[in-house]
Amino acid sequence: MTEESLSSAIRNRINMKDGIVHVDAGGLHYKDLNTILRTLGNPVPIVHIENVYGQRYIGTDLSNNMEIHICGTPGNDVAAFLDGSTIIVHGNAQDGVGNTMNRGRVIVHGRAGDIVGHSMRGGEVYIREDVGYRCGIHMKEFEGKKPLIVVGGTGQDYLGEYMAGGTLIVLGLKMGSKPIHHARFLGTGMHGGVIYLRGEAVHTSKEVQIKPLDESDYKILRRDVEAFCKEFEIQPEPIMECEFTKLIPASKRPYGNLYVY
Amino acid sequence: MKTAMELNNRYNDDKVNDACGLFGMMDLSGRRFGAEEPVKAIANMHERSNGLGGGFAAYGIYPEFRNDYALHVMYLNQESKEKSEAIISNNFDVLRSEKIPVDYSAHVIRPPLMWRYFVHPKQNLLSTLTSDDFVVEQVMRINMETCGAYVFSSGKNMGVFKGVGFPEDIAAFFRLNDYEGYMWICHGRFPTNTPGWWGGAHPFNILDWTVVHNGELSSYGINRRYLEMFNYNCTMQTDTEVLAYTLDLLRRKQGIPLSVVTKILAPPLWEEIADMNPTQKRLYTTLRMSYGSLLMNGPFSIIAAHQGEMMGLTDRIKLRPLTAATLDNMLFLSSEESAIRLVAPVLDRVWSPLGGEPVVGRLKSDTERIEVIAH
Repeated sequence: MTEESLSSAIRNRINMKDGIVHVDAGGLHYKDLNTILRTLGNPVPIVHIENVYGQRYIGTDLSNNMEIHICGTPGNDVAAFLDGSTIIVHGNAQDGVGNTMNRGRVIVHGRAGDIVGHSMRGGEVYIREDVGYRCGIHMKEFEGKKPLIVVGGTGQDYLGEYMAGGTLIVLGLKMGSKPIHHARFLGTGMHGGVIYLRGEAVHTSKEVQIKPLDESDYKILRRDVEAFCKEFEIQPEPIMECEFTKLIPASKRPYGNLYVY
Repeated sequence: MKTAMELNNRYNDDKVNDACGLFGMMDLSGRRFGAEEPVKAIANMHERSNGLGGGFAAYGIYPEFRNDYALHVMYLNQESKEKSEAIISNNFDVLRSEKIPVDYSAHVIRPPLMWRYFVHPKQNLLSTLTSDDFVVEQVMRINMETCGAYVFSSGKNMGVFKGVGFPEDIAAFFRLNDYEGYMWICHGRFPTNTPGWWGGAHPFNILDWTVVHNGELSSYGINRRYLEMFNYNCTMQTDTEVLAYTLDLLRRKQGIPLSVVTKILAPPLWEEIADMNPTQKRLYTTLRMSYGSLLMNGPFSIIAAHQGEMMGLTDRIKLRPLTAATLDNMLFLSSEESAIRLVAPVLDRVWSPLGGEPVVGRLKSDTERIEVIAH
């Protein structure tokens, strides 16, 4: 698809200024917005989408290596199935950030709603503030593909629910030097991957075990926390001074005996 | 059959996505404002509904009749109108009876006849009943006995406007730009297990209690049977109806405070109760034992309102979304933050309430409210 193939009404939404492509999304349906994003991409541009008010699925399945800035509040499932681009949200995100994303990066300069990284199978998600319920639900990994979620704030109940792989890091940056994360039922049904909490959890599910961190954990943590800090211009050293809690699944098949007669 | 199919499943699909849109906006100072912003906000969540239901409740819209019950009635046939009007004129002093002004050019599907009555119960008929109880009784009677008339709004100085269409179309149909209220509750429907008919649109109402709902009450059967013991009869073929009657029963009739009512609708898990101190444990155990039949099971987020109060609540494990925000005197509740941002890009505070924890907005003072209405 090329830019010429867009209807003139949609084409009028696109503006090139100082090497940046500006898209006015005010009142635009998400299908048209995603059509625009799919037609851009050669050469690799920086795209600013302005006046975003709830358009869903922004950046769905994008495999071209764009840098997309969203100004406003994207709708649910931003970066769903994302396959390579970087999406930066200047504001809060709603539910389903990075749903089933495969590759690429999502950076949210605010908070995010429920089910962040739902079924994510690759790529990175960085949320500066809090996330809602069920962050990292059923994220998974396979061979070289290992998704990462780093949350600057804290999360709500069922964090890492049914988690099957990948890394989920929750920093609680506004909760003092020893955060107590109030989320309950952490890691319900977890059977793969790892959760690192800066500070402690008040309540974990029966399907997880708490383990001490070893040097290899700290190596991973340092790398991922530094990547988070770089996005939001924060100093990583004070964050790493705090003690972390590591949660891993107690079993690879927590419900293996549930339906055995 | 063809007609029913057209009405209930216009797109002839098997989709069972469940994602209604909720929006509520209340000026805590009592200042009245038009429908423009609430309609714009609910219309922004177009994807959450599918055109099979939209509706609004507006509070403070009938100041000239603020002490009278405003009955909004939909008539599916002429016969039911005659039967209902007999019941109404036998039991009420009717101050005004009129067709609700509507715009037939709006994109709605087969609207029934819409009528409204401003009424007082006939004092000599009340005997031991309160006026409110009497009105509830008559509403149930009309809904049950007339075979085609449904009272979808029965409060004072408020009104429900609802039907089959997208919410913005329903707003156009009822000419909502002609009204001003201090609180607007809005709904876009995506019906799943129950028909998309005019009476089944949200909000559901009894007296001045209204509820809009996203989700599914799998406890509907038990809730309904429990309410029947208190003479509430469910006639709207949709789960949400039980919520309106539950609020009327618990808040108005039994005088239970809102903070306790929310713990009846969305109680803590037994596992959490086990960890509580003895006093709390006793309270929550008692509530679960006494009101187990009013526990709302299944995923839900709701906005419930009555005169002077707006409340948002989700199920305790947060299976449906709800965002709250404030700006000066305005409280917003919405399925999505983007809808709030569309009408108020800069907010004082925006947050996601915890599962089972209510967000409540109340008018700052009744004196203030009366002054405002008197202007």
